[in-house]
Amino acid sequence: MASVAISDVYKSFGTTEILHGVSVDIEDGEFVTLVGPSGCGKSTLLRMIAGLEKISRGHISIGNRIVNDVAPKERDVAMVFQNYALYPHMTVAENMGFSLMLKGVPKADSDAGVKRAAEILGLVPLLSRYPRQLSGGQRQRVAMGRAIVRDPQVFLFDEPLSNLDAKLRVQMRAEIKELHQRLKTTTVYVTHDQIEAMTMADKIVVMHDGIVEQIGPPLDLYDRPNNLFVASFIGSPAMNLLKGTFANDGAPTFRGVGGISLPLPGLPSIGNREAMVLGVRPEHLRLADDGIPVTVVVIEPTGSEVQIIGRTAGGEDIVANFRERHSFVPGETIRLSVEPGPIHLFHGETGQRIAAAH
Amino acid sequence: MTASKQVERPNTDEGGMGYLQSLPRRVVTVYLPLLVFVVVLLFPFYWMTITAVKPNAEMTDYANYNPLWVVHPTFQHIRYLLFETSYPGWLLNTVIISTAATFLSLVCAVLAAYAIERLRFSGARQVGLAVFLAYLVPPSILFIPLSLMVFKLGLYDTPFALILTYPTFLIPFCTWLLMGYFRSIPFELEECALIDGASRWQILTKIVLPLSVPGLISAGIFAFTLSWNEFIYALTFIQSSEKKTVPVGVLTELVRSDVYEWGALMAGALIGSLPVVVLYSFFVEHYVSSMTGAVKE
Ligand SMILES: Nc1ncnc2c1ncn2[C@@H]1O[C@H](COP(=O)(O)OP(=O)(O)OP(=O)(O)O)[C@@H](O)[C@H]1O
Ligand SMILES: [Mg+2]
Repeated sequence: MASVAISDVYKSFGTTEILHGVSVDIEDGEFVTLVGPSGCGKSTLLRMIAGLEKISRGHISIGNRIVNDVAPKERDVAMVFQNYALYPHMTVAENMGFSLMLKGVPKADSDAGVKRAAEILGLVPLLSRYPRQLSGGQRQRVAMGRAIVRDPQVFLFDEPLSNLDAKLRVQMRAEIKELHQRLKTTTVYVTHDQIEAMTMADKIVVMHDGIVEQIGPPLDLYDRPNNLFVASFIGSPAMNLLKGTFANDGAPTFRGVGGISLPLPGLPSIGNREAMVLGVRPEHLRLADDGIPVTVVVIEPTGSEVQIIGRTAGGEDIVANFRERHSFVPGETIRLSVEPGPIHLFHGETGQRIAAAH
Repeated sequence: MTASKQVERPNTDEGGMGYLQSLPRRVVTVYLPLLVFVVVLLFPFYWMTITAVKPNAEMTDYANYNPLWVVHPTFQHIRYLLFETSYPGWLLNTVIISTAATFLSLVCAVLAAYAIERLRFSGARQVGLAVFLAYLVPPSILFIPLSLMVFKLGLYDTPFALILTYPTFLIPFCTWLLMGYFRSIPFELEECALIDGASRWQILTKIVLPLSVPGLISAGIFAFTLSWNEFIYALTFIQSSEKKTVPVGVLTELVRSDVYEWGALMAGALIGSLPVVVLYSFFVEHYVSSMTGAVKE
């Protein structure tokens, strides 16, 4: 096990710069997810940790050793690929034992290692099968088995669950997390699914267009997003963002499109009349007679809660979640008010968080 | 575990070809065309076979004998071929030369194709293209400069004259074929092996080659057949009768000015084609599966 430090790393393919100075510190035994929209450079960063891509600038170290010029096989990392990359001509046991064989581990030891990993993952009955004879979930497990057999310093996962169906994904998510709690191996896990990121990680790194937007524990990111991108990216359904301006005529107020007006308790650090965005999570909206008038567009009951998609007078969409089973009809006008505490304010232009409003 | 391979194969006859189900239709769409193919393809073999066992008297006498049949089969041509000419020697020469040339070409082609396809050195694409162009140069142009080299190296009239010149057209061909094959092996497999601790050489021998067996077999069969049938180089670079290969030997020794020993010629051609037929039928399954890409899961 080892810590991983990524310091000011740049990556260019030809003349296009993909990563523009990324720094992440990963502590020993930590489970870190890299999350971000497609094409933001997550896989590239992961592959740079693995040694599959050259580092254009900056440096990466694994356990205090700078690995910029260290070959992948000497970095002692194990990687699980999105499509598993199992060797089709080898059985499950051979797949899992391949790295040990290359290392020259004696056959008996390597068999024992494979057996142990197979037991952890419930793969024992499948050891003599070929990858083509396995289901997607089993292949995924073999790919993980191949990684844990080696007992590496760092596990690297690149969207390992994206080829699985929803139910299996939830199951494997729990398995990976459990595995990590058991083995305590430093793990870097790439995903573009923010739920995966939230549920599994000790620490989330939100990336966007080759830069890091925010790093922090899942709930910190949820409760205090640093900027509009993180605010809209973390959380499902996404945070409601209402555009408006700040007005400080005696009492600080948010004035939105279509006549929305909300008093802002506390004084945000923003100039009068400046553009701002008010963010509020769907679960922090409630019905109130003096709230913002919203026309109900879609009602989505999930059983445990009811999700309402509504439209404000200004034409902005608003999503609200209620634990009570309201029976609204589309077209009906309801009034929503924001619970006083958890609202988020962002600068209209920079998108940066404005000092909390409570 | 090879048995399970058979079990896994999906039964493709069920879905897409379902319209061929009824018998009259099948006769028209499947059996009739197949029959035509079989007749057209096997007729030369039939002709060779009956000519090889036909007495000379029957061979030219169309008035009294049906040309498509033998009345008094005889082994005299075959006996003549095997015991009174150097035919067995030619056969052995051909086997040795073809095998050696094929092996040599495959080794070079594997290394070349892997380097061009996966090491991505600068100029790899151009080299790939150049290899292809090299294949397009006809042997009838190449044999003059090649014969110069063969003479200078003192290889004239030795098997090495052929073993070392056949690769000039076999390597480009095999390289091109294997490049396509290597391309179909996912990059991740190699990257994964790289992280698992494999060296380039181990990746080639433990991952890429095992996955390319069908491709290697088809390249091998093609190379073997091409060298087996090769004529121009074999004719120019070999002089002594006993060192010749089958195609050249049969033609130069069994045709004396205008006397064609048809029976022996046909027997020679027939026996000469057998090794290739055996090779094909032995590997036909791999050969077909190689046409559909490397990695199937
Ligand atoms: N070998 C390459 N050559 C040129 N550009 C590349 C190469 N690999 C990746 N890129 C570019 O780098 C950017 C980041 O790619 P990357 O694969 O890291 O994205 P990602 O965040 O993993 O996205 P996804 O969620 O879709 O997997 C993309 O714009 C991609 O086009
Ligand atoms: Mg990716």
